[in-house]
Amino acid sequence: MAIITMREAISQALWEEMERDERVFILGEEVGVWGGTYAVTKGFFDRFGAERVRDTPIAEGVIIGAANGAAMAGLKPVAELMTINFAFMAMDQIVNHSAKLRAMFGGQFTVPIVIRAVSGGGRQLGATHSQTPDVIFAHFPGLKVIAPGTPHDAKGLLKAAIRGQDPVLFIEHATLYQTRGEVPEEEVLEPIGVSKVQRPGRDVTIVSYSKMLQVSLQAAERLAQEGIEAEVIDLRTLRPLDMEPVIESFKRTNRAVIAEEGWRSYGIGAEVSARIYEAALDYVDAPIQRVAQKEVPLPYNRELEQMALPQVEDVIQAVREVL
Amino acid sequence: MAETIAMPKLGFDMAEGTLVRWLKREGETVQKGEVLAEIETDKATVEVEASVAGTIRRLIVAERSTVPVGAPIAILGTPDEPIDVLPAGQAAAGEPAPRAASPAPAPATTPAVGTSPPAGGDPTASGNLTGGVRASPLAHRLASERGLDLKAIAGSGPAGRIVKKDVLGASLAPAVPSGPGETLPLTRLRSAIGRRMLASKQQIPHFYLSIDVDAERLADTREQLNSSQPEGSKLSINDFIVKASALALRDVPGLNASLAGDSILRHAQVNVGVAVAVEDGLLTVVVRDADTRPLLAIGQEIREMVGRARQGRVRPEDVEGSTFTVSNLGMFEIDHFIAIINPPEAAILAVGSLRATPVVRDGQLAPGLRLKVTLSADHRVTDGAEAARWLQALRSRLEHPLSLLL
Repeated sequence: MAIITMREAISQALWEEMERDERVFILGEEVGVWGGTYAVTKGFFDRFGAERVRDTPIAEGVIIGAANGAAMAGLKPVAELMTINFAFMAMDQIVNHSAKLRAMFGGQFTVPIVIRAVSGGGRQLGATHSQTPDVIFAHFPGLKVIAPGTPHDAKGLLKAAIRGQDPVLFIEHATLYQTRGEVPEEEVLEPIGVSKVQRPGRDVTIVSYSKMLQVSLQAAERLAQEGIEAEVIDLRTLRPLDMEPVIESFKRTNRAVIAEEGWRSYGIGAEVSARIYEAALDYVDAPIQRVAQKEVPLPYNRELEQMALPQVEDVIQAVREVL
Repeated sequence: MAETIAMPKLGFDMAEGTLVRWLKREGETVQKGEVLAEIETDKATVEVEASVAGTIRRLIVAERSTVPVGAPIAILGTPDEPIDVLPAGQAAAGEPAPRAASPAPAPATTPAVGTSPPAGGDPTASGNLTGGVRASPLAHRLASERGLDLKAIAGSGPAGRIVKKDVLGASLAPAVPSGPGETLPLTRLRSAIGRRMLASKQQIPHFYLSIDVDAERLADTREQLNSSQPEGSKLSINDFIVKASALALRDVPGLNASLAGDSILRHAQVNVGVAVAVEDGLLTVVVRDADTRPLLAIGQEIREMVGRARQGRVRPEDVEGSTFTVSNLGMFEIDHFIAIINPPEAAILAVGSLRATPVVRDGQLAPGLRLKVTLSADHRVTDGAEAARWLQALRSRLEHPLSLLL
C-alpha cells in the first residue's frame, strides 16, 4: 500500500473521476493555469484542458451559481473555494440553491455539485481567513458536509461525493495537506455518512474529525503510555451525522470527549454530546467534555493563535476530566 | 405572631427526618414544651416539643412523611390569626407534604423534595438531589439492575459522585444466598449505621495503636468509691475511661478535631460519645464537656442516656455533638478489638475487658490486672506520634485514677 499525502490523495481522486466520467469538470479561482492555491489541481489544466479546468473571476457567488446551473443541466461540477471563509460570499447559492433545489422542485432536478473548500486555522492567515465554520454548513438539510481526517478517507469520500446525486461541501483542512497515510493502489470508495473507529480503546471515547482527528490520535498515543486506552472515532461526515459507532463505543466506555477546532458554542461538541445524552443517558458515568477553539476571533500572532486553537494537551486534559 | 415548627436537625449529618406520629391535632391548645410529634431519624425516635404555647393551626406534614431538615412541619398561633400562607422565609424551605388530615397519608417511602443544604462533614450526604444521592445516570441504572441501594455506596467521583466502578465494586460483595430464611427489613438505624461505617472505612485512612494499661489502682479506686454509693449509682469502669479520655483530649487537643474540607477544626468543647448497643443497632450518647464534669455526674448522665436509648426515646441532645467516641465491649469479656471511627470525629477508643493476668514486676512474675485499649485515628488529621502521646496521657490518667477525681 502506498503512503501518500492528503494533497496527493485528493488530487488522485479528482484525476481518477475526471478520467472516469467526462461530465466531471473543475472550476474555481487559480485552479487551472496556476494549478490551485494549495496545488491540488497541478497538471490538470495540461491534461484535461481549459474546457474542463476553468479559471473563474474572484466571485464566489458566480462560481457556485454557475456550478449549480451546470449540475442542473447534467454536468458534475467540482467547484473549489480558496478558503471556506469565502463561502460566505456564496452563502445564498449554497444554502438556498444547492441545498434546496431538489426538494423545492419536487425532484425534477438534482444538483450533483461538489464544493471543495479549505477550512481551519494555524497558518497565521488572520481572523477572517482562518475560521473553522464547518458546523454552519452542517446546519442545512439538503447539503452533505464531509470533512476527512486521513488521506485514505479524503480520497474515498471525495470520489463518492463526485459520483453522488446530491450537493456536497467537501472540507479540506489547511494544515492537513502534508499529512501522510496509507492509501491502496486500487479503487478507494468510502460511504458518505458513516463514522469510523480510527483507534480502538476501552477507557474513554474521543469523538472528532478533520484536523482534530489527528490531534486526538496523538493525544490517544500519549495517554496509552500511561495505560489509558482511548477509542478515537472519526465522524468524517458532519451531515448526515452517523452516531451509531459513537453510541456503541460510549455504551462501553461511559465517558466521552468531543474535540473540534471550531468554537464551542453551538458546535459539533454540543450536537454530539446532546445526541449521546438522548440515546445513552443510562450509560453516562461522567459529564461529557468538549474541546474547542477559544471564543475569540483567531489572533494572527503565532503564539496567540496556537493558544486559541485546541491542542493535544487540551484533549489529554479533557480525558483526565472525564476519567 | 404565628410560630413555625421545623424538622429539627438532630446530628451533624442529618439531612431529613420522618414524622412518625402526631400527638396533637389541629385546633388543640398546647403549652410550651408539650410533645407535638415523634420524629424518626437515622439514629433514633425523638420527640418534638412546642417551642411556644399556642393553638395548633396547621399540621403541614402527614404522618410517615419524610421531609428535609428545616422544612416546616407545623404552625402554632393564636386561634384566630390569619395564616393563609407560610410565614416569610419558610415558603422555600420545602414542598409541603400532604396535610395530616388527608385520609390517605403519603407513603413513607416517598421522600419529600429536599431543598436543605447538604449536611456538613459527610461528602456523600446530598440533601437536594433527586433520589437523595449524587450518582451518575449509569450508576443509577447499574445499582437498580443489581438491586443495590445507592445510599449504601460511597462515591469516588467528583463531589463524591457515585460512578460505575463504585457500584461494580459494591456488587462484588457476596450474593445473598437464596433459599428458605427470614427476610428482615433494613431499619433506618441499621441502614444508617451501614452507610456511615462504610463511608468511614472507605474514606478515612485509619491507623491503630494499642496499649495495655495497669488497671489495679483503677479497680481499687472504683471499689472504694462504689462502697459508699447506693445501688443504681455505682460507677463503671467505662465512666472512668470517659473521664480519662476527656482529660487526655485536653492534654493532646490534636485528636479532639475534625477534618473540615481543606482545614482541620479543633473543637473547643470536649464531648465524649459512648457507644450504646440498642435493639437492632448502635447509638452514641454524648457526654458534653466531659473534661470539666465531675466523674459522678458523668456516670449519672450516661446511665440516664443509656436508659433512654434502650427505650428508643433519646433526646436530640443525647446523640449529637460528640467530638470523640469510646466504644467499650469489656462487659462482654472481649480482650481487645478495633473500632471504626465515627465521622466526622478524628479518633475512637476501643476498650476491652479487665483481665487478671501474670505481669512482670521488678523482674518477678506477679498477678496483675490489665486493660487493653486500641485507638483508631484518622491519618488525615493526626499521626502516630501524636496518637501515641494521647495514649500516654490516657495511661497516666488511668494508672493514677485519683487525678480523675480532682
